[in-house]
Amino acid sequence: MVYSNLIRERFRHPRYRGTLEHPDAAFEDVNPLCGDRIRIECRVADGRLADARHRGDSCAICVASADVLLERAIGEPLDLASRLTAADLLERLEADVRASRIRCVTLPLTVLQGALDGREVAR
Amino acid sequence: MSGVGEACRADFPILSRVVNGWPLIYLDSAASSQKPRQVIETVSGYYERSHANVHRSIHTLGEEATDLYEGARDAVRAFVGARFREEIVFTRGTTEAINLVAQCVARTLRPGDEIIVTEMEHHSNLIPWQMACRDHGAGLKAVPVIGDGFLDMEAFGRLLSPRTRLVAAAHVSNVLGTINPVAEIVSRSHEAGALVLIDGAQGAPHLSLDLAGMGADFYTFSGHKMLGPTGVGVLYGRREVLETLEPAWGGGEMIKEVWIDHAQWNDLPWRFEPGTPPIAGAVGLRAAVEYLGKLGMERVAAHERDLTARCLDALGRIAGVTLYGPRNPEIKGAVVAFNVEGIHPHDGAALLDEKGIAVRAGHHCAQPLMKRLGIVGTLRASFSVYNTPAEVERLAEAVKGVRGAL
Repeated sequence: MVYSNLIRERFRHPRYRGTLEHPDAAFEDVNPLCGDRIRIECRVADGRLADARHRGDSCAICVASADVLLERAIGEPLDLASRLTAADLLERLEADVRASRIRCVTLPLTVLQGALDGREVAR
Repeated sequence: MSGVGEACRADFPILSRVVNGWPLIYLDSAASSQKPRQVIETVSGYYERSHANVHRSIHTLGEEATDLYEGARDAVRAFVGARFREEIVFTRGTTEAINLVAQCVARTLRPGDEIIVTEMEHHSNLIPWQMACRDHGAGLKAVPVIGDGFLDMEAFGRLLSPRTRLVAAAHVSNVLGTINPVAEIVSRSHEAGALVLIDGAQGAPHLSLDLAGMGADFYTFSGHKMLGPTGVGVLYGRREVLETLEPAWGGGEMIKEVWIDHAQWNDLPWRFEPGTPPIAGAVGLRAAVEYLGKLGMERVAAHERDLTARCLDALGRIAGVTLYGPRNPEIKGAVVAFNVEGIHPHDGAALLDEKGIAVRAGHHCAQPLMKRLGIVGTLRASFSVYNTPAEVERLAEAVKGVRGAL
């Protein structure tokens, strides 16, 4: 089933959606297949991802993926946070995501990695 | 085959498929139509009996393949109402056809020249012009989309100038369905001394064409959107215009005589067909236009207008559904773009797919139009000869379930 209860729940009530005041790092990117855009803002402290929020205009799978990603990554050392994989997320999403939608899952991963790589200075 | 709708469904083997436990309802023909048995069997029969390379083989199969390929050109010429067979250039598709023209025209551009597109263009009729303008210092202007999805023809008049070299516009918008006033676009462009390219990817499959009467310098379309195979498309070019253009690409077949440092180009239309052309595709496209011709394009257009009207009416009654494009089916092609409140189009398409309903979702390769509409994307139902009113009703029932499904 594409839309697991977890995806539905996190789409309706995301826990990490929003913005941070004075983020240390931020990045946003677009899924060229559908035009979805997501932005992730991060606060870094003591070599760890201290806090993060996501926002954007995207589908249920992408919102849920971003939400479980940040849930998993917050509190972790930066190198671990930026090394999380699609497999980590798919397991948490409890969903049978088809190849045509896998970019919806991975877009938040590459955006978080972009932020932690410092590809864009936070605005 | 005896008619449109239910009467021709048996010709399309794929329509008997069951998808996710439901009978397939295929409402994505604007992306690519399904194929009737007549086309499938023509293509496999060609490969089983007559395949060889065209034009340069003296043996029997080579002659048969050449006859079939050139016969396809004649059939397409008749179908679109072109005057001369030299005006029909086979390409791999609409995208290649537009790029071919863009590259030919680009060579003649000078800094300060201008090309006019519209805000509703498919990326295929935008990016090639961006590239041509970028490489040659020319300017790119766009006719705005106003109201329910119409070109602002007053603004078009203001954009036209002696600097305008070419105007590129869709015959039918692949998102809004708007049938653009091509006769007016052609006449006003020609008055300004500009060439006109009409992107017919969504026109040729659905409307009766008279390209000689339309007067556009170029008209482009794809086989696979009009019941034909993938990998074949058509560039129609007015003979007197094609004769003035240097070929875009070089290779075999497009030459008459070659020396080590120069060559003499072949006659039209082969001048623009370097390399081995899409032979099977062209042969299959002939079967497709003959199939459409037997149905009658007036009847095809009337059938699809009826489905579009029913779809606009049924979806328009559902709370939370937003429709895009003209509401009047008389001035609209066979597409209905819509959104469901609170549901991302890709999620909507996935939920409809769970009911066996195939629709398109996303930006439809028209991101500037999406930006103009202020949305990321839409759902889009599109129709062909084989769709029925019952399928439109089932779509509407399923759309009611989409809202609140997540």
